[in-house]
Amino acid sequence: MNGKRNLFSRNIREIVLALMIVIIAVAVQFRTGGLFFTGSNIFDLLREASILIMVSMGLMMVILTGNIDLSIGSTMGLCGMLCALTLKNNQDIPLILLFLMAAVIGALCGFLNGFIVARLHVYALIATLATKYIFRGIIYLFSGGAWVAQAEMTPEFISITTTSFLGINSLIWFAIGITGMSFVYLNYTRSGRHLFAVGNSQSAAEVTGIKVRLTQIRSFVICGVIAGLAGLLWVCKYGNAQSESCDGYEISVIASVVAGGCSIAGGEGSVAGVLLGALLMGTLNNILPLIRVSTYWQQAIKGFIILISIVINAYMQKRVKKQELKRREL
Amino acid sequence: MAEYILELKDIVKRFPGVTALNHVQFQLKKGEIHALMGENGAGKSTFIKIITGVHIPEEGHIFLNGEEVFFSNPLDASAKSIAAIYQHSTAYPHLTVAENIFISHYEKKGMFLNWPAMYEKAEELLRDLGSEIDPREEIGSLTVAEQQVVEIAKAISANAEILIMDEPTAALSERECEQLYRITNQLKEKGTSIIFISHRIEDMYRLASRVTVFRDSRYIATYDVEGLKKDKLISAMVGREIADLYPKREIEQGDVVLKVEGLSRQGVFKDISFEVHQGEVLGFAGLVGAGRTELFESIYGIESFDSGKICLNGREVRFRHPEEAIEAGVGYLPEDRQRHGLVLSWEIFKNVTLSTLGKYTSLKGIDSRKEKEAARKSSEDLSTKIQSVYDTADSLSGGNQQKVVVSKLLDADLKVLILDEPTKGVDVGAKAQIYEIIMDLAEKGYAIVLISSEMPEVVSMSDRIAIMANGRLPKIVDAKSTTQEEILEIALNLNK
Repeated sequence: MNGKRNLFSRNIREIVLALMIVIIAVAVQFRTGGLFFTGSNIFDLLREASILIMVSMGLMMVILTGNIDLSIGSTMGLCGMLCALTLKNNQDIPLILLFLMAAVIGALCGFLNGFIVARLHVYALIATLATKYIFRGIIYLFSGGAWVAQAEMTPEFISITTTSFLGINSLIWFAIGITGMSFVYLNYTRSGRHLFAVGNSQSAAEVTGIKVRLTQIRSFVICGVIAGLAGLLWVCKYGNAQSESCDGYEISVIASVVAGGCSIAGGEGSVAGVLLGALLMGTLNNILPLIRVSTYWQQAIKGFIILISIVINAYMQKRVKKQELKRREL
Repeated sequence: MAEYILELKDIVKRFPGVTALNHVQFQLKKGEIHALMGENGAGKSTFIKIITGVHIPEEGHIFLNGEEVFFSNPLDASAKSIAAIYQHSTAYPHLTVAENIFISHYEKKGMFLNWPAMYEKAEELLRDLGSEIDPREEIGSLTVAEQQVVEIAKAISANAEILIMDEPTAALSERECEQLYRITNQLKEKGTSIIFISHRIEDMYRLASRVTVFRDSRYIATYDVEGLKKDKLISAMVGREIADLYPKREIEQGDVVLKVEGLSRQGVFKDISFEVHQGEVLGFAGLVGAGRTELFESIYGIESFDSGKICLNGREVRFRHPEEAIEAGVGYLPEDRQRHGLVLSWEIFKNVTLSTLGKYTSLKGIDSRKEKEAARKSSEDLSTKIQSVYDTADSLSGGNQQKVVVSKLLDADLKVLILDEPTKGVDVGAKAQIYEIIMDLAEKGYAIVLISSEMPEVVSMSDRIAIMANGRLPKIVDAKSTTQEEILEIALNLNK
């Protein structure tokens, strides 16, 4: 009987989020006379949210250790631009090589972040704020401010994000893949567990024999790799690489991760939660135009919903804690 | 006119799982210096927090000048002219001396702050106390002794009638102590009533007219300092029915497992040498701040050391990170289990396997079933009271949390166990169980180091006792042939 209560209370976060999404969806469904729950709309929603889902998984790794990465948007833009430029000048480059390149550049960006935070002991907020501008600057250095337009890329490349496999768009598959890998990593590997331990208490992790600095660097590198791949997919999806691509995107990602129940202090979070958080953002992005809310209101509404989900989450956690304390042996 | 300026009657203070103060009483006469003495954990700090309004007692009464008062927060207490100075400075390091002194009661000129007046007043106060500190200096750049003087100046400027000093001499040199004695007496002349807590019996003889002893959360007695024999005082602080609380067994000892020679770390500990045998419990006694935890942090790899040698089973070792220590077979149970021992929001089985995840990992990833099995078995072995291995660590009582940390330690293949205050914050029932566990482990051949500030515990559970004081290890005694009084004396550095 107690095991069951545990299951409910341990997943309260995810349940609340899922409920919120369902409520919003149903409400919109009625309001628009059935526009939400159509096959094409749902797939649109998922496709649009895919990149956000992917990058949110990456950021979650960093946030779990108690750090943050403000440079994600710039990393995405940098990898996207460099790959696009490469493609422009080497039209017959095998696509797999482009993906590899994006991953490697992302990894390097992540490694730099990790190094500054873990070895130079600079707070992640400050360090990634700086690299955000540094990476963005590098984009301009390479691009000269110009775009790489669709015509300069191969149709083969562009088609990556328009093809479907088993009736589902490739972007959605990428998101599923990253989400799945994140789940396995966090729940079934040692280094995944270490992320939680370090985020919970660096000193406890250290005493237990965990290499704290290595764990932190690893989390930044993973985030960087995912951001790099996402940046490439972004270029593919929108058909161009702009020097300002993904500028400020980190805000949406942070919103997803936090709404998804990750503690900004680190140590707490789940893949399901972050997935739902990103889906919540995706749902909002989808329905607001659907119910013809003016774009001026959209930002405010999104922020409001995020705030509500965090508050409800915090409140429910407190309730659960109180109940557990009551059961405790005294 | 009431007889006492401050009186506390029948004070009870409880925290989850433990009674910190058990019907204690205290009387402070106006203009007296009254010492409060007792071992670590006797309840002194909690008691002070009741007087300063940080904690609210469950039962009991507080009387100020004969009238009953209730403090619901520290502001209430300071409004009644009660001030406190703690061992660890509570000053704002980047503000100036004057800013710190006047932080809660600024001098104003109309609606603006009157800094010139404040600097002048600060100067006056400090000179009165015989100090040459410049009120414009940043307080963080002063020495501990100087910061303390500033705190006293702050209390004076707040017109404190009752001043509490918590271990004021702990971090001071001989000369600085003399200065503190002078200032304290000066305050007494002016009519301030002072309660001070100190481990140094010398302080008591120099300053106090009366002394109250607490032991095990209870009030024991109040004595007049004049004519009080040192032995009587120590007996009051320490004496208790030991009997069956400590299930010590005679265990056959084997070879030397851990040998430390001349270990030093600049400014922290110097020239430490000792050895631990298989099956032995080597107690490490000493006061808080003697350097025991720091010593073992250096041995275990959390910190480094400057000189000396560590040998494990005859081989010289130097651990650069706890991972290496665990690998070599040295385990450490941290003093602060909540911050350093457990991931509180995690389930028990995840906590138990945190150091040894390698055992449960294969190509398929972490085998959760194996983890839970190991946690289940360990909980049974240690009689940890849990509902299931899915319980989160923060839902357990102190004693059971400690057992989970022990489970984690035992999951690894170890030869040496360093236990730092293993029964701190643990209730009597669980304490006894933990002692049994320690004995079982010794029987199994582990070499055990037991760091403890609880005198009866360390005397009763150890085979030999290493006593540390001020970063040095002056003596290792045989547990059977020593007394608590002797240990306390060495720890207090009275036997030079």
